[in-house]
Formats: sequence, structure tokens, C-alpha cells
Amino acid sequence: MNPPPGRKASVTRINGPVVTATGLAGARMYEVVHVGELGLVGEIVRLNGDQATIQVYENTTMLKPGAPVRCTGAPLSVWLGPGLIGNIYDGIQRPLPAIKALHGSWLGRGEKIDPLDPASRWTFEPVVTAGETVSPGQTLGLVTETPLVRHKIMVPPDIPAAAVRRIAGKGLHGLTETVAILDTATGPREITLVQKWPVRVPRPIRERRPVSQPLLTGQRIIDTFFPIGKGGCAAIPGGFGTGKTITQHQLAKWSDADIIVFIGCGERGNEMTEVLREFPKILDPRSGRPLMERTILIANTSNMPVAAREASIYTGIALAEYYRDMGLDVAVFADSTSRWAEALRELAARLEEMPAEEGFPATLPTRLAQFYERGGAVTTLAGEPGSISIVGAVSPPGGDFSEPVTQHTQRFIRCFWALDTELANARHYPSIHWIRSYSDYVGAISGWWKKQNPDWTELRTEALTLLQREDRLQQIVKLIGADALPDAQQLILFIAELLKDGFLAQNAFDEKDQFCSPARQAALLQVISQVYRKSRSLIEAGVALGRIRELPALRRLIHVKTIYGNEEIAQITALSQQIQAELDGLVAERGAP
Amino acid sequence: MNASPRISIPDKGLAYVGAARIEGPLVVVERVRDAGYDEMVEITDPSGRPRLGRVLDISETRAIVQILEGTSGLSHETLRARFLGESFRLPVSRHMLGRTFDGLGRPLDGNPPPLSSDLRDVNGLPINPHAREYPREFIQTGLSAIDGMNSLVRGQKLPIFSGNGLPHDRVCAQIIRQARLLEGGEEFSIVFAAMGVKHDVAEFFIRNCEESGALSRVAAFLSLADAPSVERLLTPRLALTLAEHLAFDCGQHVLVLLTDMTNYCESLREVGTIRGEIPGRKGYPGYLYSDLASLYERAGRIEGSPGSITQMAILTMPSDDISHPVPDLTGYITEGQIVLDRDLFQRGIYPPIAGLPSLSRLMKDGIGKGYTREDHPALASQLFACYARVKRIRALADVIGEEALGPLDRQVLKFGETFEHRFLAQGETENRPIATTLDLGWEILSTLPREELHRVSAELLSQHYQTGK
Ligand SMILES: Nc1ncnc2c1ncn2[C@@H]1O[C@H](COP(=O)(O)OP(=O)(O)OP(=O)(O)O)[C@@H](O)[C@H]1O
Ligand SMILES: [Mg+2]
Repeated sequence: MNPPPGRKASVTRINGPVVTATGLAGARMYEVVHVGELGLVGEIVRLNGDQATIQVYENTTMLKPGAPVRCTGAPLSVWLGPGLIGNIYDGIQRPLPAIKALHGSWLGRGEKIDPLDPASRWTFEPVVTAGETVSPGQTLGLVTETPLVRHKIMVPPDIPAAAVRRIAGKGLHGLTETVAILDTATGPREITLVQKWPVRVPRPIRERRPVSQPLLTGQRIIDTFFPIGKGGCAAIPGGFGTGKTITQHQLAKWSDADIIVFIGCGERGNEMTEVLREFPKILDPRSGRPLMERTILIANTSNMPVAAREASIYTGIALAEYYRDMGLDVAVFADSTSRWAEALRELAARLEEMPAEEGFPATLPTRLAQFYERGGAVTTLAGEPGSISIVGAVSPPGGDFSEPVTQHTQRFIRCFWALDTELANARHYPSIHWIRSYSDYVGAISGWWKKQNPDWTELRTEALTLLQREDRLQQIVKLIGADALPDAQQLILFIAELLKDGFLAQNAFDEKDQFCSPARQAALLQVISQVYRKSRSLIEAGVALGRIRELPALRRLIHVKTIYGNEEIAQITALSQQIQAELDGLVAERGAP
Repeated sequence: MNASPRISIPDKGLAYVGAARIEGPLVVVERVRDAGYDEMVEITDPSGRPRLGRVLDISETRAIVQILEGTSGLSHETLRARFLGESFRLPVSRHMLGRTFDGLGRPLDGNPPPLSSDLRDVNGLPINPHAREYPREFIQTGLSAIDGMNSLVRGQKLPIFSGNGLPHDRVCAQIIRQARLLEGGEEFSIVFAAMGVKHDVAEFFIRNCEESGALSRVAAFLSLADAPSVERLLTPRLALTLAEHLAFDCGQHVLVLLTDMTNYCESLREVGTIRGEIPGRKGYPGYLYSDLASLYERAGRIEGSPGSITQMAILTMPSDDISHPVPDLTGYITEGQIVLDRDLFQRGIYPPIAGLPSLSRLMKDGIGKGYTREDHPALASQLFACYARVKRIRALADVIGEEALGPLDRQVLKFGETFEHRFLAQGETENRPIATTLDLGWEILSTLPREELHRVSAELLSQHYQTGK
């Protein structure tokens, strides 16, 4: 914890967040150091003899050559324990509410507040007894962190098989109090309610499992068309204002994950405030509890130091892994991974590294891969299933997807929700483009959907095919106008309209429609499919499309999603029958001699 | 312009004579001791005229100093650099309202510098995201295109994306004249930062404020086109530093105008290039996003503080290209954008606010029931949808001719004309109350068949749709 004996480490150069220091012969890569009189937090990113390059997580204004540098002996680590849920941290896990309570509304420098309040007390319930043998990842006891989260106090992954020498009884314990003593081969280890873990190191698991369950998001275009599985990775790229943040907020609100980690990485302060104000008020549709009881926020906004932005992604994913290790399904949202990549670029430039594409460091693809690889469905060390799903926003310059971050990200994710500026401009939300997006999880999770609705695959394929045909037809329409097309083709345009307005468009701010249950998704799609099939045969039989369009019940179809909520599927079915009847009426009319 | 810098603290800091290198706005001073990163430096030329600079990079052997007032006339041997022992700070006080300063905060109006012992680092500090208050008070600007479809709220950062020769100054001036809260409330204080704009632009704004009787509520920081370009890097920071004081210490509602951000970014590019940094897109530095964010994020509201900072930055898009790095990165940071459209302008429509690419992200929380009117969100969404359709059909009509369009398509085109000429367009002194804007919206929507209006509920239609239009 001290500088190497007899040497005094001091700053030799300051170039923004990158500081060079000398006298650091004993220091280790990625060790955390405190720089200057204020003790600015930094991390060693390069070692060369006794010279070190330090990336400083705070503004370095008025830092001077000669200023002292103190080693901490530890890599950048997070605190793991009860009290994480509901909290909001900066990129290096400094608790923003506690900072506000101490220092007011502005973020000063040299802040060193513990991520979890050491004075907090929690009710611990042991689940093992003295004398028992325990293995890494095994649960020693439970703490009810929030009404939604039964927090497991686990044997740290770095402790090999051990015997429980002592375990605390059920009762209130301080965060840093010893609740268990384990006898290991290397001596006794004391276990407290809090543990530390270096953020850049993935927490170990027993094995990876294939993705098999959908992560249900309540968003129709995602769940039905481009689903993500629990343990899956998705990217959501789009130009500014196309809906990356709102979509991620929607997913954070309505996904059926146990824990949500939302990383605001180089984005707006107000967006974090919005989550902070909203989530405690919104009730999870499944548990009926406030969403904040399962959510952790990391806020390193665009105007906060860029080095801490780089770290924020790792901080977030390390917290996610910890909850995954409890056998939970965690969803991580990173908004925006492009800002993180830019932080890498900025730091690399200051380190005078050779740039690769568009100034990004050559390590960009590796770093992206490492991040997304920390997602996945796994069997934990304790032998339970757990998962981390990752959704990363990508903000390509000029909205052009051919740039390096989008391109490399595509190599490491299997689900791509391409946002489209034209759709966003027309206020068609979510502006996820149905032709340019894809999901590789459809096969993996279709089993689940088929149990809900045996026709799911067929319905989905039919709808997507229709939209593709419409897309091609639009090329012709652009040249000759829609009216010149035969009715059979105009029908495709018409049904595609119904699909877009009545199914795909989903307003995040509509009380009834912001969350759509799988059953309602299927019901809505089914109605449109029936209209299509029936109309097609009517047109074949010579009925004019104009007659079909005029049907009063059909006009209501577009609004059905906002009229009937998740509990009103019967009414959707009733409307469907009414439409059928009206369509049948046209047949009868036609068929009458 | 050359009153001795009020900001520097006399008789402080160490002085060095001579520079190892002078290149563009950068001066390299060697063997500097005890100077800090971002420290303020005063450089004196042979004639004794002081110029301000700041430290960009410092090691044990040399400091790279960025001279904010240009390096012309400086020489290696005679240059004298005094390190002032602190970063750039601005004395702030509410008495700065009604005053005009240069780009570095020195009075331009002939009056003595304002008295204040309250010195603030012009870089400011980030607001703790946990301390922010979400902005949601609707500001009526009296412009239908903004109020109806891209509403502004108090504490929002909403820039204007314009092009050379487009009337962004007039639009902005009209907003300043007309902006108010629905239930009245106190008037805005205005902090104006001009970066690299021509003298007459600054003159225009100040005259506009004078005419509307607002001059005593305006503080102006002018770094005009003839001022050294590096100076511009500081000007918006000074303006925002004062704005933060007025908003969060004095509890005022402040409207900050920054014009023209494109000039600001060019200065940043200039310095980056001279330092030999790896350029990003179009030669702009890779940290342009973070740098712009350090300005734009200095807007908003703080929990428990009565004041607010609303920010309108004007930028001109080179060749009207919205994907150019300056508008692009701005759009990624701000809470929407008002885009001016050359085509509308050429067709004589004022204000030429583009229907589709404009966006206000905070609109959803500041309008509707309890804020403006219940029908507002659906109406706005429907207007966007219909106008998007107009654009599609216009493209089609360009190919097949208007005559070949079906009757409905022709009706939509007509809607487009009406929308542009009656809803978007309005007089430069016409101040439309929000109710007028919304009623007008419905009236124009009613020129379309009722069943084409998918975005509004049957209930709202029955209340607002006017049959027989
Ligand atoms: N599903 C939705 N329902 C309703 N409105 C939406 C939806 N998605 C996006 N929007 C609208 O689009 C605006 C922009 O969305 P958002 O802030 O998510 O964009 P973004 O892609 O994150 O942009 P940036 O890259 O600049 O952060 C929102 O303010 C909202 O008005
Ligand atoms: Mg966003």
C-alpha cells in the first residue's frame, strides 16, 4: 500500500488526463495510484523502468511536475455487496448520492468515498454450518438487499475448497463485519458482506451454456422480429436522435431480467436524471415492485472525465457478473459504446500510440470482443444457471454504419437493431429498420415462443416476408406511383402499412402500449395475418381492394394496440372476429348472384 | 480592447524570458518550474503589451503554452512569460448583466471592470447527475414550428443548425423577444457569447435586446471575427461560467446564446493541427465530442435551486451538411435540434424551420395535459407523420408528375403547401400563443380525410377534427 521503500514517486509530465511519473519501479500494471496533493485517482497503463504512464480519472488542472504519486498496491476494483442495487455511481464506482450529500451539486476532485456505506447493516441468514466444506461461488448466507433481490454472500472465486470454521448466526451485521471464517490450504480467510474484485478481470464461471430463453422486452419489433436471448449480445446503432437511449430505457424498464445495470457512458446528465426520477415510480409488471429495486446505474456523463468513461464499462460489467454469479439473469445496457471507444482513442492519442482506422487504437476490436465476451449464459461456479445479456448502443459519426465501431461490434454480437434516421424523422418509433436489422437468436428461442403460440414461426416469417416484398415494391412505386399497381400488389402495400402502424410502431410514452406482453404481441400479429390471408383470397376472387380498405372494423385495427392493453386480449380477438365477419360479408356480396 | 487584463493577478508568479519555439498560437517555454497544467500565463511582447495564454502540456523541462491573443509580434529572445499560479478564472457578479465584454472577459463598454471577489474557474465543474432536476417547464416561443412540434423547455439545450445566409440570427432574436413561460413568471437573463461572427451580427443581437427593453438583462462576451481565433476557445466558457453564477447562485433563469459553434470548432481544429495531434473526421480533433460536451452539458436545472440554464447554440453547417462533424457531434450531445432549411427559405418561408429533421427530446415531458394541452402530443406526432408523407409524395411527383398522382396523394400535397405556408410560416413579429398554434394544427390536419389520421385517437378526432375543411 506504500510507494516502494526509499523511493519517492513524482509526476514528470501532464498532458490532460495522461500523466507520466517516475520513481515507480515496484509498481504494477493497472495498479491504482493517487496523484498530487488532491490524491487524484489514476491507474498505471504503461510501465517502463521506473517510469510509469498514468491515466487519471479526474481533471488534472493545476497539477504540477514534481507532485507526489502514491501507490495503492491494488488494481482498479469494485466493491461487491448489498447496497449496490438502487445506487448510482460514476465510472469508477464512486457513489453519486453520497458525494452530493457531502459536497453538494457539483463534482469536485479527489473524492474518495466508499462505494458502499461501511456503516450500513444488513440481516444475514447463514445457509451453511460450521464444519461444512464449501467451494468457490457457494452461498454462505443470504441478505435481502431489496424486496426483489435475495443477495447471496458467496465464497469468493479465488478461494479454493475450504472448511467453514465459523459462521455468523442470523442477525444484523455491519457491511465490513466478519460473517464467516473459512479454513483454506493457505490459512484462514475472513469473509465479510463486502468483497472486492478487479474490474478488468472477468469473474470465473464453471461453463458457458447455449442461449435458450428469450429476454422478453415487451417491445414488439424486438421480441417478435429480432429477439435477444438471455445471455445474448445486441447492438443498437443509429445516428443522433434515432432512439438508442429511449429503446434502452424501454428495455431496462420492461425486460424480464432480474437485475438491470445501466451504464450511461459519455452521454447526457439529464438522461440519467430521468431514470433516477422515473424508475422508483414505475412498477415492474411481473413483481409489482418499483423498478429501482432491481437497477444499478453507472453515470459517467459526457462532461465527466474521459478516463473514467473508459473504466465505466468495466465497472458496470463487473457488477453484472457478481449478480450473475448468484444465479440471476442480468441485463447490461451501455449507452454509448462509441463514446467508450472514443475515450480509448483519446487516451491512446495522448499515449502517442500508433493509430489504426480513423484514429482508433489497433486494440479496438480486441477490447470490444472482451467486453461482449463477458456476456453470455453460463453455469456459475455454484452450478446454477445465470446470464448476462448485453445491449450496446453505437453512435456512428454521421449515422454511417461503415465506421470502425459499428463494423467491429457487428463481429461480436448476434443481434443487430439498426435504427433509421428516415423512420425517426417521420416519428415512426422505435425506428428500428425491419429490413436492415437481424437476430441470430431466433432459432435458439423459437422453442419458447412455440409453446406460447404454435404458429409463431409461421406468423413471424409471413410478416417479415411481406415487409420485404413491400420494400421491393416501393422501388417501383417510386417510379410509377402506387395506383398503377394491380390490387394484389397494392394489398401488400396496404398490409405492410398495417404492420408498420398497427404492430411495429410502439410509443414508449403510451400508457397502454409501452409494454406489450408476448400474448398480446401474438394476438395483434395474428389479426393482421388473418386480414392478409382473407383479403388475398378475396382479391383473387375479384373483390376490389378499395372495398376492403373501407371496412369500418379494419380502420380500428391500427389503434387496437393503444386501445386494448395486455389484459384485454379477448377484445382483440373479438375485433378480429368482427373483421372476419365484415370480410366474409364482402364474399357474400360478391358471391350473391 | 487592450486595457490591461483584469483577470490576471499582478505581481504573482514566476517570469521567464525567451521561448524555445513559437508556432501558430503555441509558445514553448523551457526550464519552467512549479507551473501547473492548464495554468494561466501572461506573455509580454517587446512593447510591453500583455497577452494571456494557458498551459496545454507541461513536463519538468518545458511548458507548451497556448496564446489566446495571437503570437504575432512575439520573438524568441524578448518574449517574457509569467506563470500566474492558477487556472483561468473569471470574476462573476450579477452586475455583469447589462455589460459588454471581449472574448476574454475585459469590458468593451468603457466602464470599469465589475467589482467582484468571486473568481470562478472557467472550465466549471460537472453537475452531479444525481443533483440534476429534470427540465419540464414549457417555454412558449410564439413560433408554431417550435412550440407545436419541437417544444423548448426551461433548462434544455436546443441548438439551431443553420447554413450560411439563412436567417438564424433573426429566428434566434425572435425567440429571445418572445420566449416566456405559460404562467408568466420572471423574464430570462441573457448571456450572449459571440465567437468569430462579424461585428454586425453582434450588433444585431444587442440592438434587438435594446429594442425589446431587455438590454439591462443581457451580458455579452464578444470574440468577433477580427479577434485572434484561439481566444474563441475561452469565450463560451466565460459565458457559461457567468450563467452558472446567475442561475445557481442568484436563482435566475438564464438563456445562453452561443454563436457560431462552427467557428469555435475551427479554432479547436487549428490548435490541434499545430500540435500535430492525430486528426479525426475532417481534421477535427478526436476529442471534439468531449470538448463540445464540456460546454453543452453546462445547461439544465439543479435540484433545490430555483434557477436554470437554457442553452441555444447556433451553428452553420458547412455546405448545409448535417453529417458534418460539428452538427453531428452537437446533435449527439444536445437535447434535440432546430434545423433551418434552405429550400423553405428560398421559397420565402420564414422561419424556415425544417419539418422533419428538427427534434426536441425534452418535449414529451413539457407538453400535454397539465402542461400545454391534452391534444398536443398526438397532434404533433400526426403533423410529423403527414409531413413525412408529403415529402414522400413530392419525391414521387418529381418522377411521375403531379397529374399522375392519385386523388389522395394530391390532397396530401395540398396539405403540405398549407402546412408550410400557414403553420410553419409566420411574421417576424407574430407571437402565436400555444392555443393558436394547436388550433391551427388541427385546422390544417382537417384538410386530410379523417381516416388517414392514424396517430390520433378517435376521441381526440371527434373533439378537434373539423369536418368540411
Ligand atoms: N419508442 C419511442 N417512442 C416514442 N418516442 C421515441 C421512441 N424512441 C425515440 N423516441 C423519440 O426520439 C427522441 C430521441 O431518442 P433518443 O434520445 O433515444 O435518441 P438517441 O439515439 O439516444 O440519440 P443520441 O445518440 O443523440 O443520444 C426521443 O426524445 C423521443 O422523442
Ligand atoms: Mg442517446
